[in-house]
Amino acid sequence: MNYLFKRLALLPPLLLVISFLAFVLVRLAPGGPFDRERKPASPEIERALLARYHLDEPVARQYVRFLAGLVRGDFGASLKYRNHTVADIIAQGLPVSLTLGLLAFGFSMGLGIPAGFYGALRRGQWREHGVALLTLLAVCVPSFVVGPVLVMLLAVKWSVFPVALWESPLHVVLPTASLGVYFAGKVARLMREGMIETLRLEFIQTARAKGLSETAVLLRHALRLAVVPVVSYSGPLLADLLTGSFVIENLFQIPGIGVFMVNSSLSRDYPMVVGLVLLYAILLLVLNLIVDLAYHLLDPRVRHE
Amino acid sequence: MSRPRPLFLRLSTDRAGSETSVGRRLGRLAGLACALVLCATGCRPSFERADLVILNGAEPESLDPHLVTGQADGRIVMALFEGLTRFDPRTAQPMPGLAERWDISDDGCVYTFHLRTNAAWSTGEPIVAEDVVWSWRRILSPETASDYVGVLFYLRNGEAFATGKLKDFNQVGVRALDARTLRVELESPAAFFLDLCCFQPFAVVPRQRIERHGDRWLHARPFMASGAYTLDSWRLNDRVRLRRNPRYWDAANTQSAVIDLLSGVVPATALNLYLSGAVDIVWDKELVPPDLIDKLKGRPDFHIAPSLGNYFIRVNVTRTPFDDPRVRRALALVIDRERIVSRITKGGERVAYCVSPPGIANGTNVYEPPRGLRPDPDLARQLLAEAGYPQGRGFPTVTYTYNTQESHRKIGVELREMWGRELGLRVELRQLEWKAWLRAQSMLDYDLVRSSWVGDYNDPNTFLDLFMSENPNNRTGWRNPAYDRILRQANAETDPARRQDLLCAAETILVEQDLPVLPLFFYVNMEFFDPARVTGIHENIRSEHPLRVIRRIASAPAGKPRHELPF
Repeated sequence: MNYLFKRLALLPPLLLVISFLAFVLVRLAPGGPFDRERKPASPEIERALLARYHLDEPVARQYVRFLAGLVRGDFGASLKYRNHTVADIIAQGLPVSLTLGLLAFGFSMGLGIPAGFYGALRRGQWREHGVALLTLLAVCVPSFVVGPVLVMLLAVKWSVFPVALWESPLHVVLPTASLGVYFAGKVARLMREGMIETLRLEFIQTARAKGLSETAVLLRHALRLAVVPVVSYSGPLLADLLTGSFVIENLFQIPGIGVFMVNSSLSRDYPMVVGLVLLYAILLLVLNLIVDLAYHLLDPRVRHE
Repeated sequence: MSRPRPLFLRLSTDRAGSETSVGRRLGRLAGLACALVLCATGCRPSFERADLVILNGAEPESLDPHLVTGQADGRIVMALFEGLTRFDPRTAQPMPGLAERWDISDDGCVYTFHLRTNAAWSTGEPIVAEDVVWSWRRILSPETASDYVGVLFYLRNGEAFATGKLKDFNQVGVRALDARTLRVELESPAAFFLDLCCFQPFAVVPRQRIERHGDRWLHARPFMASGAYTLDSWRLNDRVRLRRNPRYWDAANTQSAVIDLLSGVVPATALNLYLSGAVDIVWDKELVPPDLIDKLKGRPDFHIAPSLGNYFIRVNVTRTPFDDPRVRRALALVIDRERIVSRITKGGERVAYCVSPPGIANGTNVYEPPRGLRPDPDLARQLLAEAGYPQGRGFPTVTYTYNTQESHRKIGVELREMWGRELGLRVELRQLEWKAWLRAQSMLDYDLVRSSWVGDYNDPNTFLDLFMSENPNNRTGWRNPAYDRILRQANAETDPARRQDLLCAAETILVEQDLPVLPLFFYVNMEFFDPARVTGIHENIRSEHPLRVIRRIASAPAGKPRHELPF
């Protein structure tokens, strides 16, 4: 419990540092939110525009203003999408990205863990090589290749699924698969290595010597320890998946948050960048905390330390 | 040691069974995943297909007529908010909108608009002349900080009020004489003023909503629209859904009840969506896969039309040796434009030797631009030698700047080759990310930079005005008082023949004499729609397609037309 409190107490100062860095760094990039192909009709109007969003003030003052807003739960208005606030945009896009991310997470775990487990048990057989080849392919082929290939075959050629958009359960299948394949491969490899390592340990021999059935040895004893690398990977993985994928969201025209992660910095949408960085940081920190707590449950050695 | 609870489902205990149990577990996990899918997506209300689905391009930055700048955004906005005039769907000429008629004074400087008696907001209140005054005042106010306010500088004292030099709005040339009559006074007889009135910065916006809700007024319900449609829903990066406004004065002629305008930026996805029948129209040339243009060109549902836009190179005339007009002329004289449009852009773009696109109007006539400098490498070498750089000797390395995009890079490579071969110049290519490229232009931090412009109204002034000394969009450092004077005279001229001569004289300075810009080609628009399934889209010089007249032909079933694949 003490440990948990210490970790939680560390969150606010960390977030403060992260928000400050994001706030300053994005302002260092050349060009500003209102540099556009069409310049305002006069310098006075350009100045009025900057003044309206307080961009004419010193950065320190802007940051204090931002913090004051944050206390009220206000991330500010988007400078690119001027009829929306940052909170609006996140509220609209995050649920979509969460859904897609959770599904892809389930997909990669559901496919990766059994595949790695199976591969480790069938060492040296052709079946292991088959699994290894598939996982290698999954890890090597990027999603911007997997996605279009799946669309080409399953949507355009055979019309099994819609080509894009986010409307019905059928629309979800291809983006989930395209997003999840890489992580499934990664999880499978981690799982396989974890399993092989674990099976070498002495407590497995002890369990076998006690006369436990092989299934009991594998599932009750080996799996718990073997899955630890996967669990530690799943924290950052989940944070990644939940905040959306630029490539997949663009490709399937999905209204998630991932597209904004990239585009807001390209368009120098300062409040949007800072808001998203904070969102990502919070997710990452909290999920890592959960992962650390999960170790305690899974690995008795950690518990005793 | 306490007995751990099994993490996974309990399995049979015999060794031989372990293999099948793995399979079974996999099956159960798959089942779990399916349940997750159904649960996650089942929570979302299912979407009913709109009567017309259009892939409109990038997500609109705003739907506020006084803030939007892009053409794609403008198409939606003009369906929501109308001004005194509106576009004719066939010719894109101005026709009566909220104003049913108008009188123009003999000197062309005073317009008296008569509003329709049946002009009403979608909430039922009448639209009166005072609404127009308030709307124009809003866009002119410095607090609104509209990027497009420049088009209202033709109003008397419009510029002074917008820049804060004049505080009293009563001195600006727009006044409501009574509820139905509006008097507009211009600085000079701008021949294109009625054309401007169609354009979204001149649209009428709801004062009650804006005063009450500020920046969030578009989210207030019931939506107050002055145009043919109201805003039904707006989901970022997904779609804008429009619904017919039953109180629009011309509602009887609004063709589609519900229109979806999807946001998308990936050309391959756009093509797939069109081919699968999920969208009826794709009308953004950025959404056409560049590698497929050759294959798509023969299709009856792929439409290429000239547009009011040009692609040109800005020259930084504040840097030596580009401050010498002979050098700039030499650069222009060796560019093989035909090669660029036939090898790189491939969309049937017309080569440009001037900045005004062919077919652009001068009042009721068509404007005749100057001939420009046609390719003449010998003359170019001679000019370069006269400027002190025979065979390019002593000429500093030239930097050609462009923003990250494959076609811009390819054009840069061609130009480097042409200037190197014909003039002996060494050219370096500098690629900048979008915002850095914009900044480089406004800071004059370049030698030569790739640029483009899309006209706001159908008159050469929309292009020529850019290069006036004080125009913030000039961005070349070039100032020519003679050019400014002649262009001002042209805009004060009411006789079309004399105006033609003046405009042409100004443009001659720009493209034959001084060349702060080197025109390359005129843009085309590219659109996908099947004329057998969609009606109401007419080719015109502005590619203006008012949404109110477009509809899907009733006999054509929704979805699933299965267009033939182009490959």
